[in-house]
Amino acid sequence: MKNNNVIEVENLTKKFGNFTAVNSITFEVKKGEIFGFLGANGAGKTTAMKMLIGISKPTSGKAQVAGFDVFTHPEDIKKNIGYMSQKFALYDDLTVKENITFFGGIYGLSRAKIKEKRNELVEELGLQDIVNELVGSLPLGWKQKISFSIALLHSPTIVFLDEPTGGVDPITRRQFWEMIYKAANNGTTVFVTTHYMDEAEYCDRVSIMVDGKIEALDTPKKLKEKYNADNMNDVFLKLARG
Amino acid sequence: MLPIIFVLPILQLVILSNAATFEIKNIKFSYVDHDKTSFSRALIEKFDASTYFNVVAEFPSKKEANAAMAKGKVDVILEIPRYFERDLLKQKNTAISVAINAIDGAAAGVENVYINQIVQDFNKKAKVALSSPSDTVNAPKDIVTIPSFWYNKTLNYKTFMVPGILVLLVTMITLFLSGMNIVREKEIGTLEQMNVTPIKKYQFIIGKLFPFWILGFVLLTVGLTIAKVIFDVPIIGSLGLIYFYTAFYLLVVLGMGLFISNFTDTQQQAMFISWFFVVIFILMSGLFTPIESMPMWAQYITEFNPVKYFVQVTRMVMLKGAHFNDILPQLTKTIIYAIIMNGLAVWSYQKTT
Repeated sequence: MKNNNVIEVENLTKKFGNFTAVNSITFEVKKGEIFGFLGANGAGKTTAMKMLIGISKPTSGKAQVAGFDVFTHPEDIKKNIGYMSQKFALYDDLTVKENITFFGGIYGLSRAKIKEKRNELVEELGLQDIVNELVGSLPLGWKQKISFSIALLHSPTIVFLDEPTGGVDPITRRQFWEMIYKAANNGTTVFVTTHYMDEAEYCDRVSIMVDGKIEALDTPKKLKEKYNADNMNDVFLKLARG
Repeated sequence: MLPIIFVLPILQLVILSNAATFEIKNIKFSYVDHDKTSFSRALIEKFDASTYFNVVAEFPSKKEANAAMAKGKVDVILEIPRYFERDLLKQKNTAISVAINAIDGAAAGVENVYINQIVQDFNKKAKVALSSPSDTVNAPKDIVTIPSFWYNKTLNYKTFMVPGILVLLVTMITLFLSGMNIVREKEIGTLEQMNVTPIKKYQFIIGKLFPFWILGFVLLTVGLTIAKVIFDVPIIGSLGLIYFYTAFYLLVVLGMGLFISNFTDTQQQAMFISWFFVVIFILMSGLFTPIESMPMWAQYITEFNPVKYFVQVTRMVMLKGAHFNDILPQLTKTIIYAIIMNGLAVWSYQKTT
């Protein structure tokens, strides 16, 4: 893969009938980067992300994720990515431990590997007291952290996070971002959508989608300079209002 | 959820098996006796003595009797004509009129048979009483049929119904649970998470099938135990054969449930569609009404009804002691059905939309 890019997207388009949800977007994401994918509700972020993770077939364009084509090899992409959706999506009626074992198994990790990863995870997150509790009974902040860790369980090349910190308190958000940094330091590429503009500042590069198109793509610093704004919030407002 | 899955069907099996009877009892019987002789009284006494009839009223005229029928107070009106005894003695011939409430046609038919039996019986005895020795030589002999009932000697309806109801419960529970299963994951969002994993479609479907497959067996076992312990239904054939057949049958039902689940977006929709099929399956299974008496087009439809085969197989094996070869046609069709339904379930589960 050229230039160390783990995601390469060219003129990617998704139409639902007459409605164009994603309109010919082009960008690439480098290995180990934290890539912020911003946009208002309905701008097409989630649709674009679904195409990249192989659960939605693009109408036209080109896209490669982790070296595989989204049209022809979506299942190979799935082996190499982690995904955490805005809807909490672990099994509520399984315990933390069972969820880890279950998802580890689905990604084809060996029993020994699962055990090793589980112990690591318990140690890191301090889950000793809750590892045998049903996930459904845990507070949202905990759920999101566990969810993220499980998305990283199989050491994916890229992890996709769809509004991971929605509805979470500021302290947990901060901890969450520390986890994201740690993952990026370990070489995992992080592709994250968010509504919080302060979180956009934490990203290496940020793209802003408006009405299905990418209107801006650069580092937060350069975007602020370009749009003559103090913070990402102002950049976003200027772009979103046209 | 687990207690519900077990307690409700057990209750249903016990209640329905006792209630779903074809026997007609406690028929509200009334009569209009214009004759008032010892013969007419003897006939009415015969009805009174029968366990099927309750003599509820005597009416002075047909008009009042008809009014009572219209109000639903009586089911049967027997009208004995004037000179009933005289005609019988002199002309050896008379007619009585019977009016039956036939809103429920099947029940009316059964009531008619009962009434005829009683009248025939009365007739025979009357003949003996009336005939002179010289007559017996010339009198034509009646042809008497002596039925012997196979496989269910005492005509116990429970023996007939319990295996059927058992089948129905196993079908309903497994279809509903599997039908709502994938769609439930769609609703809570875990399905999307699964779609992003490299899990294979057939692995996912097998993972979904297996727990309910086991559950189906547990339900069958509980049901068979109840059938034996509470209803004393004979199990003449091999239990192993029933389980062997059920293994494939459950795959049909579960495949169907998962197929429905793949095509719906909410549990409500899945429930509605499952109900649609269950009602058709039950009423066209031969469980309550014989398939042979359905119109031809309906009989063709029943060929696609898995419940029909399961009902046939359990009845055949439990009551007749059928062997593997006897149920081979049903088994073959069920296996083909299972392959098709699960093929469709795997095919219709789309990881990428």
